[in-house]
Amino acid sequence: MDKTNAIISVKELVKKYDDFTAVQGISFDVYENEIFGLLGPNGAGKTTTLEIIETLREKTSGNIIVDGYSVDKDANKIKRIIGVQLQTAGYYPNLNLVELMELFSGLYGVDIKPMEMLEKVNLQDKAKSKYKALSGGQKQRFSIATTLINSPKIIFLDEPTTGLDPQARRNLWDLIIDIRNNGTTVVITTHYMDEAEQLCDRVAFVERGEIIALDTPDNLIDNLINSGFERTKEVKKANLEDVFIHLTGKEWREDN
Amino acid sequence: MSKPYNNTKATLALAKASFRSIMRSPSAVVFTLAFPLIFILVFGFLGKGGVKVDLAIAPESDLQNPIINALEQISVVHLLKDKDTAELKKGLEKGTIDAVINVQKNDETTPAYLANVQYTSASIDKGTILKSVLNNLMYTLNSKDIKPTIAQLNESIVQGRIYRTIDFILPGQLGFSLLSTGVFGTAFVFFSLRQTLVIKRFFATPVSRASIVFGEGIARIGFALCGAVFIILIGHFFFHFTLIHGIVTVLNMLLLAIIGLIVFMGFGFVVSGIAKSESTIPPISNIITLPQFLLSGTFFSIDAFPSWLQPISRALPLTYLNDAMRKVAFEGAGLWDVKHQILIMVIWGIGVYTVAVKVFKWE
Repeated sequence: MDKTNAIISVKELVKKYDDFTAVQGISFDVYENEIFGLLGPNGAGKTTTLEIIETLREKTSGNIIVDGYSVDKDANKIKRIIGVQLQTAGYYPNLNLVELMELFSGLYGVDIKPMEMLEKVNLQDKAKSKYKALSGGQKQRFSIATTLINSPKIIFLDEPTTGLDPQARRNLWDLIIDIRNNGTTVVITTHYMDEAEQLCDRVAFVERGEIIALDTPDNLIDNLINSGFERTKEVKKANLEDVFIHLTGKEWREDN
Repeated sequence: MSKPYNNTKATLALAKASFRSIMRSPSAVVFTLAFPLIFILVFGFLGKGGVKVDLAIAPESDLQNPIINALEQISVVHLLKDKDTAELKKGLEKGTIDAVINVQKNDETTPAYLANVQYTSASIDKGTILKSVLNNLMYTLNSKDIKPTIAQLNESIVQGRIYRTIDFILPGQLGFSLLSTGVFGTAFVFFSLRQTLVIKRFFATPVSRASIVFGEGIARIGFALCGAVFIILIGHFFFHFTLIHGIVTVLNMLLLAIIGLIVFMGFGFVVSGIAKSESTIPPISNIITLPQFLLSGTFFSIDAFPSWLQPISRALPLTYLNDAMRKVAFEGAGLWDVKHQILIMVIWGIGVYTVAVKVFKWE
C-alpha cells in the first residue's frame, strides 16, 4: 500500500457518551481515490465514527486529519471538500428536487445547474417531484446527488443501500463506482458483505467500537481460507440473487 | 475552492427555500390570511348598523299625532307597530323591545296629548338613550311657537373622521395574524427541521447557524408582510379602513409589524426548544397566543375589561402592537409617537430572546 497516500487519517479516536463508549481508540487511513468500507453490525460505532470525521459530532479524544485539515481547527474547510449522505436525512419540506438542489448550491456557495446534477443520478424525470414522493432507491440517489454539488474530494455514504431491492442496489453500486472513477474518494458503511466485496477496495470491520480487521476483501478472504476455513456447503457459480437479477433485468426501472 | 465562502448567498438561498415552503404550507396561509380575513369580513359587515332603539307603540295608542310623527323622523328610533299586548309584555321582559309608548289625546285643554312611556330593566342602556331622545323631542314640540326668553340653542356638527368598527378590528386582526405566524410557524419549522434531520444535513455544509436563523427569519417576515399588505388593502378598499397618510401609514404599520413579528418569533424559538414532540407544540403555542388573542384588545377595547384584568392586558406585548397600529393607522401617529409601545415590545423581545438562547436546541 506504499503507492497510495492517505486523504483521511484517523488516530486513536475515542467517543464516550454518558454511560458507554461508542468508539474505543480506532485508527485507520483512507487512501486517495479508493472506496473504503466500514463494515459491522448495527451499533458497532460506524455512524459515530463517520459523523466525527464529517465534523458533525465532537470526539472525546484522538486525532483526525482530512486532506491536511484537522477536524478540531478547520471544520469549515473540511465541510467544503466533503459530501455527506446521512443515514436518515430529511430534506426541506414542500420543495421539489430542483429547488432543493438550488438550496444546497447556495449552502455550499457554488454555482451548479440543478438539472445536470439530477442527470448524474438519473433523476431528471423527477425534477418537479417532492423528495417525499420518491421511491427508496430514488431517495438515495437524490441524497448522493446532494453530496456531489460542491465537487467534493471525499464523499461519505452511510448505509446507502439499506432497504433497497436488488436492482436499486446494483444501480447504486454502478453510480458509486462512477463517482470513484471520476476521482472522488468514497467512504461507505454497510452491513451487506456482498456489497462490500463488490464495491470496496479496502474494508475495516468494526465491532463494539474497535477495528478488528482491515484489509482488501481479497486478502481477508484468502487469510481465512489459509487458516483452514471451509464452507460447509460448496458454493455454486451463481446465487439466488443472480437468478433474480437475471430474470427481472438489471436496467433502470421507473420505480427503483 | 479558493473563493471565500459567501454567508449572504447561503442565507438568501435558505430564505428563498423557506419562503417557497411557507407559501405551499396550507396551515401558514390559513393562519396568516384566512382567519384574520374571516374576522374582518364578519366584523366589517356587523359594524354597519349603529345604535337602534326598538320602541313599540301600544295597540290602544293614538297614531295620528305630532309625537309619533316626530319619532318616525328620528333615525335612532325604530318604531314597532301592530304588536298586541301579550307580545309587548314578552318583548319588554326579554329586552327585545326597549320601551313601549302610548300616546293619548288629553280630555283637558292643555296639554293636547299625554305620552306614557314604559321602559324595561332588561334594556337599561337603550332606555336611557330613548329617554334623552324623548326629552329633546318634547322640548322641541312644546317650545315650537314660543320665542326663547333667555337663550336660543343653536347646534351644528363638524364633519369628523368616522371611526368604523374596521378601524378597531383590522389592526387587532393584523396583530393576531403576526402573533400566530410568528409563534406557530417558527416553532413548527424549527422543531420539524430538527426532528427530520434537515438541520443536521445543513450542518454538513459550510453554512453557519446564524445564516440558518436569519434565512428563516427573512422568509417568515417576508411572508407575514405580504399577508399584512394584503389584509390592509382588503380592509382599505372594501371596508374603508382608515389610512390617514396613505402609503406612509402603510409603511409605518409594516415597520411595526416587523418589530412585533421578531418578538413573536422569539416565542416560537422558545416553544421549538421546549416541545418534546410535535403534538405538544400546539398546546404550548396556544398558552402563549390565546391569552393575547383575548386580552390584548384584538376584539374589544381593553378599557371594557374589569379593572382587575386590565393590568394583565397591559403586560402583554400584543396589546402594545395593537395599540401602536391603531394610533398609526387612525390617528396618523408617526413611529416616534408610539415609542412607548415600541419600547415595551423591545423589552419583551430582549426577555424572550434571552430565554430562547437558553432553551433552543439544534439537535
